[in-house]
Amino acid sequence: MSALPFHRRPGPRLAFRYVLATLLVIVFVFPVYWLFSISFKTPDEIFAFPPVWYPASIQFSNYRVLFKDGDAWTVWNSLVLASVSTVFAMILGTIAAYSLVRFKTGGENLAVWIISQRMMPPVAIVFPIFLLYVYLGWVDTFHGLIILYTAFSLPYVIWMMRGYIEDIPLELEESALVDGCTRWEVLWKVVLPMARSGLFATAVFTFIFAWNDFLFALVLTRTEVTTYTVQVTHYFGGQSNFWAKIAAMSVLGTIPVFFTVAIMQRYLVRGISMGAVKG
Amino acid sequence: MSDLKITNLHKHYGAFHAVKGINLEVPSGEFTVLVGPSGCGKSTLLRTIAGLEEASEGSVEIGGRDVTYARPRDRDIAMVFQNYALYPYLNVKDNIAFGLRARKFAEPEVEKRVARAAEMLGIGHLLQRFPRELSGGQRQRVAIGRAIVRDAILYLFDEPLSNLDAQLRDDMRVEIKRLHRELGRTMVYVTHDQIEAMTLADRIVLLRDGIIEQQGAPLDLFERPENRFVAGFLGSPKMNFVKATVKGKTVALADGTALPLPQQSKAKSGQAVLVGIRPQYIALAGPRAAAGHARVPVVIELVQPTGSRVHVTLPLGGTSIVADLAAHDVSKPGEKTHIDIDMTRAIVIDPATERVI
Repeated sequence: MSALPFHRRPGPRLAFRYVLATLLVIVFVFPVYWLFSISFKTPDEIFAFPPVWYPASIQFSNYRVLFKDGDAWTVWNSLVLASVSTVFAMILGTIAAYSLVRFKTGGENLAVWIISQRMMPPVAIVFPIFLLYVYLGWVDTFHGLIILYTAFSLPYVIWMMRGYIEDIPLELEESALVDGCTRWEVLWKVVLPMARSGLFATAVFTFIFAWNDFLFALVLTRTEVTTYTVQVTHYFGGQSNFWAKIAAMSVLGTIPVFFTVAIMQRYLVRGISMGAVKG
Repeated sequence: MSDLKITNLHKHYGAFHAVKGINLEVPSGEFTVLVGPSGCGKSTLLRTIAGLEEASEGSVEIGGRDVTYARPRDRDIAMVFQNYALYPYLNVKDNIAFGLRARKFAEPEVEKRVARAAEMLGIGHLLQRFPRELSGGQRQRVAIGRAIVRDAILYLFDEPLSNLDAQLRDDMRVEIKRLHRELGRTMVYVTHDQIEAMTLADRIVLLRDGIIEQQGAPLDLFERPENRFVAGFLGSPKMNFVKATVKGKTVALADGTALPLPQQSKAKSGQAVLVGIRPQYIALAGPRAAAGHARVPVVIELVQPTGSRVHVTLPLGGTSIVADLAAHDVSKPGEKTHIDIDMTRAIVIDPATERVI
C-alpha cells in the first residue's frame, strides 16, 4: 500500500506543527516513562523533591521483592486467565459467527441481541454472579473466572467475526464444498485463513479485555487466583503507598500485552484477501 | 447412459418460483449449455445440480445415483465458478491440488495430476504464483484446472467467461471446447451469451422464466425454433419479425408486399401471422431470384459496417428490418435497390400463442 504524499513546505507553519507534535508526544509518553523510571529508582529517589528525572543507577530491587514475596505470580495468573478465556471465546465466537452469517441462525435479530449483551455494565451483574459462584463453590477458582471472561468476551468476538466472515466471498466456500470439504473443513481451510487478520485483531482485544479486568477479579477472587490488577491495589496502604511496588508491578503487567500486540501487529495490518475474486 | 437426469425439478425462493418443473437428461460425454436471459433460472438449475441449492421438489440423478439430498461433496462433480473462486492464500499449485487433498489423494498422485492439468492449460510456469499475481485469463485457467484435475462424473461451468474481455473470451471458448474433446467428459455449462452457447454446445437447453423453451443441437434451434422467444434469442443480429396475413400460398405484408409462404408452414389462409426472417437470409438481389426467394424493392435506411459484414436497416411491411450483408455489397443510405429474401428458411408464428406454425 502506498501512502498519500504529504506536502511539506518549510517555514513557520511546519515549525509550529513539529512543536505541537512534540508536545503531544511528551504528554502521552511521559507518564509511561515515569512509571518505568520509578520501578528502577531507590525509595529516596522516588520521594525526592525536586523530583529526580531519571534513576542514578538502574537497579532491580523493586522487582526482586515482588518475586521473593510471590506477588509476581499474580501476573502469571492474569496471563493464564486471559489466554485461556481468549482461546475459548475465539473458538466459540467464530463458530457462532459463522452460523449467524451462513445459516442465518436466529433470524435477523439474534446478532443484535447478542451485541446488546455487551452494553450491560459489568457492575450490574457482578454481585448476582458472586452469589451464584458462592453457591457453586467457584469463587477464587481459575475455571470460574475463565468461564466469566469467556462469556463476557463472546458478544464482542461474535460481532467482530461476523463482520469478517461476511466479507468472505461465498463462492470460495461453495467451491470448497464441491471440491470435497465438509462444513467443518470449510471453516478450517477457507474461513479461518480468509479471516486471519480479523481473527488476530479480535483475539488481541479480547485478550486485553480479560487482562485489564479489575472488577470481576476483585469481587470473585481471594488469594488463589488474584490477578495483577487486584494485586496492585494491595500496595495502596492506609499510612503510605508503596510506589516502588506499584510501578514495578504495573511494568510487569504492561510487558505481556506489549509483546502480544507487537507480535500480532503484522497480522493486524496485512490485507490478505486480495485476488480472491475478480479484482 | 445418461450422466445427469433431472426429473420434474422445482425451486422456490419464498414466493418466487425460480425453476418450474424441469426435466432434462444429459448423455455421457455431451457438452450441454444452459442458456437464457438473466433471471431465467439457469444458474439456479446448475446450483441445484451441484447441491449448492436444495431442490424444492423433484429429483436429481448423477451417474445413475439419486443425489437430490446428497451434499455437494458426495455428488462426484467439479465446478468452475464465475468469479474464479481461487483461494488467495494458496499458490496456483495448492489451489489446483485443493480438491485432491480434500479427498485424501496420496501426495505423489496429487503432484502428477496437478502437473498434467497445468500442462493441458498451459499454466505450468505459474504454479508457484499467487492468484493476485495472475491476469484474469490466467486466473480462469487455474479455476478450470482445479475442476479438470479431478475425475468427476459431471463438470459444471457457471458463466466462467463473463468476467473476461472479448478477445480473451474467444480464446478461452476455444480452449474449453478443446478440453471437452480431449477429456470426453460430461459438461454442463451456463451462459447468457447465445454465441457462447452456439459455438460450444453439443446441445443447447434454452430456458425462460424457469421452464425449458426448447432443447436440441445448436443448428436445430437456430433453423427450427419452436416459438418466437427461441427464434429471437438465438442469432445475431436478431431475427426480424414482420406482421402479415396468409393469403393462399403467400403471406401479405401491411404494405401489400406478397411473399411466398414457407412450405413447411401449416398456417391457414386468412390467418394473421408474424413472419420471422433471419438477417443472414436476406441478400442484395442477384441476377435472378432463386426458387422460394422473394425479390422486394427497398430503400436503404441505415448502414452499420462490422468489418467483413455490414448490417443494413431497411423498411419492410410497415416496420424496419435488418439485413446482414457482405461488406462489398454495401450501399449508401437513401439508395433504392432490391433484396432477395430466402423464404424457404423463414418461419411463420401465430401471434396469439407465439408458437411457430
